[in-house]
Amino acid sequence: MKKIEAYIRHEAFEPIRMELLELGFPSLTISEVKGSGRQKGVTERYRGAKLTNYLRPKIKLECVVATNDLETVVQTILKHARSGSIGDGKVFVMPVEEAYRIRTGESGEETLQAHPEAAVEVAG
Amino acid sequence: MALRRLSGAAAGAGALALALPAVASADTLEAAQNGVLPDSVAINSIWVVVAALLVIFMQTGFAFLEIGFSRGKNVGTVIAKILTNFSIAALLYWAVGFAFAFGQGSIIGHDGFFLRAYGDPLEAFPVMGLSDATIESKWLFQFSFCAVSLAIVWGTTLERIKFGVYVIYAVVFAGLIYPVGSHWVFGGGWLQSNLGMQDFAGSTAVHLIGATGALAVLLLLGARIGKYGKDGTPRAIPGHNMPLFGLGVLILWLGWFGFNPGSTLSALDGRFPEIALVTLLAAAAGVLASVATARWKTGTVDIGMAGNGAIGALVGITAPSGYVEPWAAVLIGLVAGFIVPLGVYAIDKKIDDPVGALTAHGLCGVWGTLACGIFTAPRLAEYNGFGEGGLLYTGSFQQLGTQALGVVVVFAFVFSLSFLTFWLIKKTYGLRVTAEEEEAGLDISEHGMYGYPEQFIPVPELIGYATAPHGSRDIATPARPVQREVPAT
Repeated sequence: MKKIEAYIRHEAFEPIRMELLELGFPSLTISEVKGSGRQKGVTERYRGAKLTNYLRPKIKLECVVATNDLETVVQTILKHARSGSIGDGKVFVMPVEEAYRIRTGESGEETLQAHPEAAVEVAG
Repeated sequence: MALRRLSGAAAGAGALALALPAVASADTLEAAQNGVLPDSVAINSIWVVVAALLVIFMQTGFAFLEIGFSRGKNVGTVIAKILTNFSIAALLYWAVGFAFAFGQGSIIGHDGFFLRAYGDPLEAFPVMGLSDATIESKWLFQFSFCAVSLAIVWGTTLERIKFGVYVIYAVVFAGLIYPVGSHWVFGGGWLQSNLGMQDFAGSTAVHLIGATGALAVLLLLGARIGKYGKDGTPRAIPGHNMPLFGLGVLILWLGWFGFNPGSTLSALDGRFPEIALVTLLAAAAGVLASVATARWKTGTVDIGMAGNGAIGALVGITAPSGYVEPWAAVLIGLVAGFIVPLGVYAIDKKIDDPVGALTAHGLCGVWGTLACGIFTAPRLAEYNGFGEGGLLYTGSFQQLGTQALGVVVVFAFVFSLSFLTFWLIKKTYGLRVTAEEEEAGLDISEHGMYGYPEQFIPVPELIGYATAPHGSRDIATPARPVQREVPAT
């Protein structure tokens, strides 16, 4: 099991979510975050005075997938998040030791399996 | 550069006008000093000025309505736009607009530029002879209408238009399009005087003209990014603040009690309270019909539709307000309230109109104008001196036909001139901001600042910006801030 943590542009999220859903990966979590990287800051001008803002808003996308699915999900994220400009963000992958489904108490990779019925709903 | 030259020319013309001899206010003052100024002048002027101020207050309503329906990254720009447009309209309407709109002439007025040297107001502005309010009070009132009409154009263009487009089109609109269009309909022009078209306060002259300009720009401007899915289905882009939207609607509603009743231009015949009643009844019926229709079509009591229903019904009753009985106002409001949700749903499938102005001001403006041809009471047509009774009283389609002709003529005139103007702007200056600017929001990309800074700038940067570390004695005095955009390495 692997955890994917991606820092992406806001506009990249919706295409990623759509395609992951179609591929059967509906489970993910996002947070509105602010961070700095190589992207330039934005200068605000307020009544003649300036304020340069280095922390830019990004989306942090987190999901845990079975090791076999890792490549599919990462490639999907890379495909839609890449605009070619500085500020597209980063993807980190890290190992996960164990996963539990709270409702049933199940554990292991089966708690992460793809949901075929989710794909059906997209088509409908 | 073009803008700069234009403003220079306007300033020169203004200086020229000031050098000409004053006539109007001097006459009023002289009469007052000689003790021969009738009280009715003061009474009527008070009412007209009060009504004008109510209509001017509607700018606040438009501002809040549009802010509420925008996302939080596009709110400050609305304030800058409203202030700029209102100011351009004031200067242009003073220089030429009022003369074109209310001067003598059947195609275009030609007396009273800069409100100077027009001689006897009764001859220069014949259609306003029904009231002896001072010409300045009438100017203030009619200018406030022009500003409303201009504001209607822009609600539809939120969140993606370049700021300069507002400035360029405002000059053309307040200096030419609105004055000529409204001259034909209620300024003594050919539609009104020769054909007998009825439009008491401007369903066509103010609201349809504004909405027609909006349609012209929307066809060239296109939808906001993300409004339509790949298969063309419309997606919701929710506005960020429904309470502000509601405040805007209620202010507009209040302003309408200047808009319609003030169009009497006179207090002495006692007509204005009845017109206020008629206006209120229509709006009330419109809210209920709109809420019911939205509930029927979507299953929810839609907050936006409740507000749009009020606006649509107020637009609908604007033309008939001086011509119909109260019972008819209820029917007119009900129909307008029914039109609003259906119109918004239909237009949203193809055209991205964030505030629903094409429906509330356009479709309901057409409906209100046509409603005169159905519901106008013969006694009021005779009293106002334009046209005949409506279909329900006379059994004749003649007035309805006149109303329909007026709608078509005004729409064709305003649409063609507006489309040409926007097309020229698109080819030269451009209508839209870039995709990146649209994503970032117009507040930061067009104005360099955020409407809600705390939402977009992390709080640590706002308070700790370039200051010494906490615990230092210098915490209260920020050091020299960094002045340029620097990539962090």
